[in-house]
Amino acid sequence: MNKEEYKKLVKKLTPKEDKLKNVVVAFLIGGLVGFLAELLTEILINCYSFERDVASIWVCITVIFFGSISTALNFFDNLVAKAKMGLILPTTGFAHSITSSALDYKKDGVISLGSNFFRLAGSVILYGMVSAFFLALLKVIIYG
Amino acid sequence: MASLKYNNCYIKDSFSIVGPMEKMGQIKSYDMAINDYYFGEKTFEKAEVKIQRTAIDNILIKNNLTHSNIDVVVGGDLFNQIGITSNALENYNISFLGTYSACATFVENLIISANLLSNKTIKKVLTITSAHNLTAEKQFRYPVEYGSPKHKSNTFTATGCVACLLTNEINKVKIESATIGQVINMGIKDVNNMGAVMAPAAASSIVKHLQETKRDVNYYDIILTGDLGSVGSEILKEYMNINYKIKLKNHMDAGMQIYTENQDVNAGSSGPASLPLVLFNKILKNKKYKKILIVGTGSLHTPTLVNQKNTIGAIAHIVSLEVL
Repeated sequence: MNKEEYKKLVKKLTPKEDKLKNVVVAFLIGGLVGFLAELLTEILINCYSFERDVASIWVCITVIFFGSISTALNFFDNLVAKAKMGLILPTTGFAHSITSSALDYKKDGVISLGSNFFRLAGSVILYGMVSAFFLALLKVIIYG
Repeated sequence: MASLKYNNCYIKDSFSIVGPMEKMGQIKSYDMAINDYYFGEKTFEKAEVKIQRTAIDNILIKNNLTHSNIDVVVGGDLFNQIGITSNALENYNISFLGTYSACATFVENLIISANLLSNKTIKKVLTITSAHNLTAEKQFRYPVEYGSPKHKSNTFTATGCVACLLTNEINKVKIESATIGQVINMGIKDVNNMGAVMAPAAASSIVKHLQETKRDVNYYDIILTGDLGSVGSEILKEYMNINYKIKLKNHMDAGMQIYTENQDVNAGSSGPASLPLVLFNKILKNKKYKKILIVGTGSLHTPTLVNQKNTIGAIAHIVSLEVL
């Protein structure tokens, strides 16, 4: 049996992932996170007379805080594994990746902790900045 | 020829320690179980070192031996530069050989030990094999607390440590022969499907063993593979059937014996501890099995090489045991 035939055999015998279920779960949970964040923003604006910009920053900080604290309290990883992209894509996923890396390296000394802090989140930051640069460039070219 | 026969190598005793998840699993007869992954230490790595030392100390006490009675320790684990085992043996006054074949480490240990015992000057060898789910996760996958989504073909590294005492005096379990495996790479690079990476290596070594010892597959009461999991086991059976026209009826995979279905571990357990845990706590305790073929399957997976688009190779070593 050559490698190509073997790959076909593996594909045939490996159970398929439930893609549709994953998409629906991610849509509902991700949507719920967005809904709660929007709700909090509206509460801050209407009940505590925050400016919209300031309110969004506070909501962002709150979501990151909950993502981090629940990672440290040892139950967020189980939620993320179940909700998949529903919790990875919002800022919760970003907070979760940083906190989990930090927890892994907290006993390895300050330098090792520092360099491994963005082990998972580093690519999000780098490529986020690169794409922001090109989008801004595009905006300038189109709208002047 | 890579098959060897032995006349004076026997397994005298073993000592198994498991983690909290394994304790809740199918097998209840482990010598010892730890209740938390830290085992009273500050880090998971130090916990694994302590687990190894506890296993060595206990097997020595159980057999009324001291450090000076053991000629050589052969052992390994999954950590970088097999640091756990090297660290664990720092305080022992025993000669040490470190080994690495990923999850086939236990069988490699047995083969090396049997060869040492064949040299008549060495009388007692201790092997030590361990894995800690969280040190391995950190090493090969994601941070411990990161909830990366799992695939159905993913396996779960079993936390456990097995110390095994081998001697050249006649005992109940004899190491009858062994076959040293080859590195087989069938072009799989899916790190979530280690069963598929290892199945061809297992098949190749089993066939080589049967050819070189001129035996039929039904000669053995059981063929126990290490950690192929449910997906890898199916692939092995199909691959053996298509490629070598051999029907595996007496096959059991250790990876499917440790956890229960409710434990949410997908395809089963993996890691170097899976095979010896099942061998000593299930197979050898069952009097039904007299001729046992153990196939340690190791995926020689290195994260850096996989990132550099290399496909993953695997190895399988074989030892044939006879219960006297």
